[in-house]
Amino acid sequence: MSFGPRISRRQILKGMIHGTAVTVGLPVLNSFLNSNGSAFADGRPLPVRFGTWVWGCGFTPGRFVPTQSGEDYDLPVELRSMAPHKEDVNIFSGFDCLLDGAPNDVHHSGLMSIRSGTAPLFYKAQHAPTLDVLIADEIGGDSRFRSLELAAPGNKEDTYSARSQRNKNLPELNPAGLYQRIFGSGFQDPNAKTAFTPDPKILHQLSVLSVVKEERQRLMSQLGAEDRIRMDEYFTSLRQTEQQLSLQLEEPEPLQACSIPNAPPERLESGYEVETVKRNHRLMAELLGLALACDQTRVFNMVFTNSFSDLHKAGGSSGHHLYTHEEITDKELGYQVEAASFVEINMEAWSEFLSILKAIPEGDGTLLDNCLVFGHSDTSYAKIHAVLGIPMMTAGKAGGRIKTGTHIVTNGDPVTRVGLTMQQVMGRPVSSWGTKSMETSKPVAEIFA
Amino acid sequence: MGAKTMTTRASRILVGLVVGSVLLVSGCDDEPVVTGGPLSMRKLTEAQYRQSIADIFGEDILVVGRFESETRTDGLLAVGSSRASVTEAGIEQFYAMANSIASQVVDEDHRDDALSCPATDDACARAFFARTGRLIFRRTLSADELEQWVVRSTEAAETTNDFHDGIATALSGMLVSPEFLFRIDTAESDPDAVGETRLSGYSIASRLSFFLWNTTPDDELLTAAETGQLHSDDGLALQADRLLASPRLERGMRAFFRDFLGMEAFEHLQKDKLVYPAFNQAVTEAAEEQILRLVMHHLVASDGDYRDLFTTRDTFMNRPLGMVYAVPVRSPDGWEAFSFPEDDPRVGLLSHVGFTALHSHRGRSSATLRGIAIRELLMCQPVQPPPAAVDFTVVQDTDNPNLKTARERLTAHRTEPVCKGCHQFYDPIGLSLENFDGAGMYRSQENGAAIDISGDIDGTTFANIAELGAALREHPAITSCLVESVIKYAAGRESSVEEQGWVDGNVESFSANGHRLKPLLRDIVASDAFYAVATETASTNAKLDIQDTETNE
Repeated sequence: MSFGPRISRRQILKGMIHGTAVTVGLPVLNSFLNSNGSAFADGRPLPVRFGTWVWGCGFTPGRFVPTQSGEDYDLPVELRSMAPHKEDVNIFSGFDCLLDGAPNDVHHSGLMSIRSGTAPLFYKAQHAPTLDVLIADEIGGDSRFRSLELAAPGNKEDTYSARSQRNKNLPELNPAGLYQRIFGSGFQDPNAKTAFTPDPKILHQLSVLSVVKEERQRLMSQLGAEDRIRMDEYFTSLRQTEQQLSLQLEEPEPLQACSIPNAPPERLESGYEVETVKRNHRLMAELLGLALACDQTRVFNMVFTNSFSDLHKAGGSSGHHLYTHEEITDKELGYQVEAASFVEINMEAWSEFLSILKAIPEGDGTLLDNCLVFGHSDTSYAKIHAVLGIPMMTAGKAGGRIKTGTHIVTNGDPVTRVGLTMQQVMGRPVSSWGTKSMETSKPVAEIFA
Repeated sequence: MGAKTMTTRASRILVGLVVGSVLLVSGCDDEPVVTGGPLSMRKLTEAQYRQSIADIFGEDILVVGRFESETRTDGLLAVGSSRASVTEAGIEQFYAMANSIASQVVDEDHRDDALSCPATDDACARAFFARTGRLIFRRTLSADELEQWVVRSTEAAETTNDFHDGIATALSGMLVSPEFLFRIDTAESDPDAVGETRLSGYSIASRLSFFLWNTTPDDELLTAAETGQLHSDDGLALQADRLLASPRLERGMRAFFRDFLGMEAFEHLQKDKLVYPAFNQAVTEAAEEQILRLVMHHLVASDGDYRDLFTTRDTFMNRPLGMVYAVPVRSPDGWEAFSFPEDDPRVGLLSHVGFTALHSHRGRSSATLRGIAIRELLMCQPVQPPPAAVDFTVVQDTDNPNLKTARERLTAHRTEPVCKGCHQFYDPIGLSLENFDGAGMYRSQENGAAIDISGDIDGTTFANIAELGAALREHPAITSCLVESVIKYAAGRESSVEEQGWVDGNVESFSANGHRLKPLLRDIVASDAFYAVATETASTNAKLDIQDTETNE
């Protein structure tokens, strides 16, 4: 789909703002795809996306971790629902969060160690960016959304993506809101039948934002060191808004896998009741899949249940988290029956999430093939808030960069090995990651393709 | 604020400081007394953003968008606002809101409010951006700055051939500017003390306005800042009294009590529909409003004693709450004053559904959560998070035939040494509210056994909620916590060790003034300490003030 010679955006800017100095730094865009959408015009493969998928309160000992390692691994009862994806995932067992004497802040220390590589020193603390943010810095800059955060329970506190303790990345809370964000104002249909005409108003919007940016020096000079960092974060964020506007000046190239869905119902109820979370999660996952196929973002973070897992069944006086602590262990079965049922619910949702990505064909395979999705929890055995052996998985082949279908077992290696592996797979030039006992320079090389 | 004309109130505070400083410097006369804090940069809260837009452009301008979550730091969201920044997704939302607000401001229904000029020309745009920009940035724009916005507006208007569209395009930029989204303190040189700095008049105006009204300073306050009035005791007092006397004070104090009482948790308060069928969204909203109404009526409208909130039988009711409280409500869709009878088990703030249901689990009550809320929120006594490896099973074995009530289960818990240290600190208080289930509805029994609500708090025993309320009323932590929290809220930070004398002085005068909120607010906003900037020069000023004060006394 071509409509004459492409005019560079810089030319447009000069032409339309009467030579007024416009100091917007326009990024190089990577949305030049070939006509069938299988690869970029210059032959590079389709974008590889990174995402995380979180569930709370871990697993039940003896019912989750495969007994066999390697490719012939088994699926114990709590992983039963993963059967359709056995060849598409890697399961990591025996990796530990090493807190080095820092307190085990319940439902926080383990999750934050996995995601930031550093054990928090106090409750709710975060001392380093989460790895999704680091990866977004590497690959998220050219797409419309640097990353998309999604909280299936509809609570904006349920997000584990943050550059610093100062601000958590704001999640989408319901399917209708997510639809608006992706397919509402500012969305450009890559497969549009009509001729592309950039809205000249956008140039003026960029020009106005440059006025805001020009205040940077003056404002920074008034601030103390801490506040300068905060102001700097503001201006970094503002660049993303400029990026979104700039993209609207580009004619998008067609994308085979991209289609625009119908809008989901408005005002769907949200909350932690099992059926409600499952429905909202499914609808949001479907929209996310299309957002990825339409190359609106390359990084996402889905929270199915919060780390304290408020998941509960209608009519129950307790929920998943309370059951893990309060339910009497069944003497014959040897585990907490109600609590364990919630682990299965979480894994069914994880399986469904992967099925949704797999259902979208892309290039010669599926969308999932071009993703690296990191699924993990906050504890292993939630009853005692254990941070040793917290369940972690990856799904998808990252565009052929990794092998899948393996159960990797170590004996107490730091969890950061997995985080480092994923950063390297996603192209981040980093040779070691994590702090103190969790600092590592050893990726899980077995999965490298 | 010249030292010679200092009010008696401020003098007393500074005497407090002298005492404090003597302790600190161990009699070393040359040590400066450090007061005040750093220049602050506070992110607007959602409520402040919304109220600012309503006050600048009118109540009917819709603000549609999502705000980043606010973080509770050192006990208050207000302190978190001093550390927050803006994420990519956050600014995306702010920018979308800015565009939506700007296009509403210039649409045909609203343009006459803000843009009534004889001609749609540069002069009109200049007047608009001068007036509006001053309210948005909380200061007068320089001529150069103003020109930038006018030029951008004109350029955009030329492209679309639409003057109003040009205005909206530029206005969007103002509304996403860091000077709007953050309240940034500025200092200026102090003409009364060569080579020294003080908080600028505009920053004083913002501190006053956001503290008392939770919104951007109005025209009169900005004018007082511009003309230097806010740097004189009389001028400051005049503005402080104006703000305190305004009906907008209630808005400001609602914001404080929402923060102080942790009421942002209402946003996600849900009860299991099958366990508590009566507790729906209307009840949640009414339960929150009921508490704020009671507090506002008692402290702002009636100028009552703060401590009486724990013993009062008065409150407000509406129909959805009538279902939960099991009382008749006459007004079909409004609020009415209501008093619990003398023999009713409900008495005081703590027996309100908005407290008991908020601090409960989804499907049952929680003495522990309630006890922690009383200690942490109302008494400023932080509770340590639980250790990771604890077996809670015995506590919550609701089917154990020998442990029928929460008290029996929690008592079993408290025999565990690892639990005892903390739980004995808050469980006995929380157990006194066990007559209210997870939805705040009254019950006298649990699993067929009578509920015993007697207990003790820090040595004072009580047999029922009325007696608990009376014990709290007399507890010194209840009053000191409120005063400390108001000051922390106003400053957006924890008070420093050096400021403790000032805080203590406020606690004393709060008591001396009958524990009334408004005199406390006035003492704070009329004091030097509230505006002091912790620089070398500021501390020298404080020292001079003290010397003068001593002479005056």
